[in-house]
Amino acid sequence: MSATLDDNTIETTTPAWLAELQTAALKDYETTPAPTRRDEAWRYSDLSALKLDTFVEAKPVESEGRLINSSRGLDQTAAKLVFGNNALLHADTASLPAGVVVAPLDVAARDHAEIFRRYFMAQPVELGSHKYAALHKARVTGGTFIHVPANVEVTLPIEVFHWVEGENASVFPHTLIICGENSKVTVLDYFQSSDNQRAFACGVNDLHLERGAKLNYVAVQNWSPTSLAFHINSTIVARDATSSALSLNFGGGFVRGESLSRLDGEGSRSEMLSINPLDGARIVDQRTLQDHASPGASSDLLYLNSLDGTSRSIFAGLIKVEEGAHRTDAYQKVRNLMLSNDAEANSMPGLEILADDVRCTHGATSGEINEDELFYMQARGIRKEDGRRLIVNGFFQSLLERVESAPLREYLGIKVTERLGLPV
Amino acid sequence: MSLEIKDLHANIGDREILKGLNLTIPKGEVHAIMGKNGSGKSTLAKVMAGHPSYEVTSGDVLLDGESLFGLEPDQRARAGLFLAFQYPMEIPGVTIANFIRAALQARLPEGEELEAVEYYKSLYAHMDALKMPRTFTSRSVNDGFSGGEKKRCEVLQLAMLKPAYAVLDETDSGLDIDALKIVAEGVNTLRSPDTGFLVITHYQRLLNYIVPDVVHVMVDGRIVRSGGKDLALKLEAEGYDWIEKELLATA
Ligand SMILES: Nc1ncnc2c1ncn2[C@@H]1O[C@H](COP(=O)(O)OP(=O)(O)OP(=O)(O)O)[C@@H](O)[C@H]1O
Ligand SMILES: [Mg+2]
Repeated sequence: MSATLDDNTIETTTPAWLAELQTAALKDYETTPAPTRRDEAWRYSDLSALKLDTFVEAKPVESEGRLINSSRGLDQTAAKLVFGNNALLHADTASLPAGVVVAPLDVAARDHAEIFRRYFMAQPVELGSHKYAALHKARVTGGTFIHVPANVEVTLPIEVFHWVEGENASVFPHTLIICGENSKVTVLDYFQSSDNQRAFACGVNDLHLERGAKLNYVAVQNWSPTSLAFHINSTIVARDATSSALSLNFGGGFVRGESLSRLDGEGSRSEMLSINPLDGARIVDQRTLQDHASPGASSDLLYLNSLDGTSRSIFAGLIKVEEGAHRTDAYQKVRNLMLSNDAEANSMPGLEILADDVRCTHGATSGEINEDELFYMQARGIRKEDGRRLIVNGFFQSLLERVESAPLREYLGIKVTERLGLPV
Repeated sequence: MSLEIKDLHANIGDREILKGLNLTIPKGEVHAIMGKNGSGKSTLAKVMAGHPSYEVTSGDVLLDGESLFGLEPDQRARAGLFLAFQYPMEIPGVTIANFIRAALQARLPEGEELEAVEYYKSLYAHMDALKMPRTFTSRSVNDGFSGGEKKRCEVLQLAMLKPAYAVLDETDSGLDIDALKIVAEGVNTLRSPDTGFLVITHYQRLLNYIVPDVVHVMVDGRIVRSGGKDLALKLEAEGYDWIEKELLATA
């Protein structure tokens, strides 16, 4: 029999301080009430999707070899890790520059305890999923610790694959990235189902950028279409540092994404991008916070949803300009491309400004495919259905123009094109 | 073999725009249509291509004897009809290369893949001929193009798709003289016994470069005069008043 999620046992190999942390987190999870209709942070959401009692602890994967072989991303990487059902299956870190650490969490907790403790889930979870973040903290075993020391540039991307396998299996993928001063790195996380089973994924990532650092972070999420997934992200950007995060939400039945960016130093920048092709009955529920804690910082959020079938998107975003955060430049935009009359988009952009001399723009738009664009395509012989897909693809590809690295942009473009069922 | 428009009536909303239009373009010939703003030239082009905003109330358009009505716009295109738009649409995020590839792919039998190397070779050759920089292939269709670039891009598509009949709706408008020559050259190289052209223009100038077999004058949704190249010269010199007066006199 598999243990249930509430089973109160903690891995014995973890260091005592971490075990303590995890025991406390489990208590936190158990005592924190589940979200209710009245919670503002869960407005428009589908609370019935949050039932966790059928999910079980994941067993070791059966198809280890196949998963490792299927973990194919970019041609060249600086490091590659593969996790299956929370366990490390494969690690190749041979091409990393000296001093850069890419390690599974348990190794990092042992070998880099001091820095690990300082950053590991140190941020409060403010966007509604405190309870599920606590569950993650209590249960996490697999995940990646990445530390790039000051002034080091990792030119090739680092890739991490997180697989889930088996009916009702639960995984807790974790990504902790610490970018030292003036360092530079690109990290891609892939979240994938090994089979078509319903699974539960509860992932957290913490991105820390020290002064002048530059991080490109990409999440390619492709859980099975019946899966329940939480992805809780926090990004802390110090002075003159630049974070650029992009999520491609290709899969999942109900996906709750929470993303917080804290602009924590003058000249810091954070870009938050998301591509969500929704079809069937899938729901993507995203909450974001652009927290401007320092003057002269900028944040830029652009989320794109295409909605087909009976799918739903929920977006609630807040730009918060704290006292003293003068000369803030913040932008927030959600665009919904409605492909079906039965799909629904709820967008709630928000602003809270406690400083002067700020520039903030926010907005949400919903529109349908432009009939004249479609006619233009048809007038070239392209079938209506293919024309629609080309237009949806174009809608998303325009966002990818923001990806700085040309090979990465092209690669992600192919991913999106493939997801939409178009030839590449 | 011809593109035959028979007593075509078409409305937009309650308003009749085409009022019994007759025109036959045999394969191998180039016909020009001239007419005042609002006379219905673009309406004719879009009705033939199957734009959903227009309602055909009577008449027919036959492509080599087969009626186009009842066919979807994409089926008409694959049957051999091409329309170069007066105002080409901008399609963000869809590159020219992918757009034309999709159009060619749609013409292949199910399961057959377009050969990529050959495709790019042919695309580049046509772009070179039209003096379009190759960087355009990765730009979004018409997105941010200048007026002249859009028109060149229409001719590029024409050259790549090689239709049996092409309707060019003011493809010369907005072109500088060099661009006009390039575009005309592009059209002239496609002239063949297998292709028919209907060239809509306001300028006699174009017809110096693309010499038409027949010039038609359109007034208020009908073809009212047809003649040779000299008809275009007379229109250029005298405008449309004399035709309207003649029409009134005979009415
Ligand atoms: N979508 C529309 N809604 C309302 N009226 C329309 C629409 N499309 C065309 N019309 C009208 O139909 C008439 C014919 O327009 P059309 O575009 O065919 O003229 P044209 O001969 O191509 O003119 P131009 O030389 O200016 O391009 C015009 O009066 C125009 O306003
Ligand atoms: Mg016109």
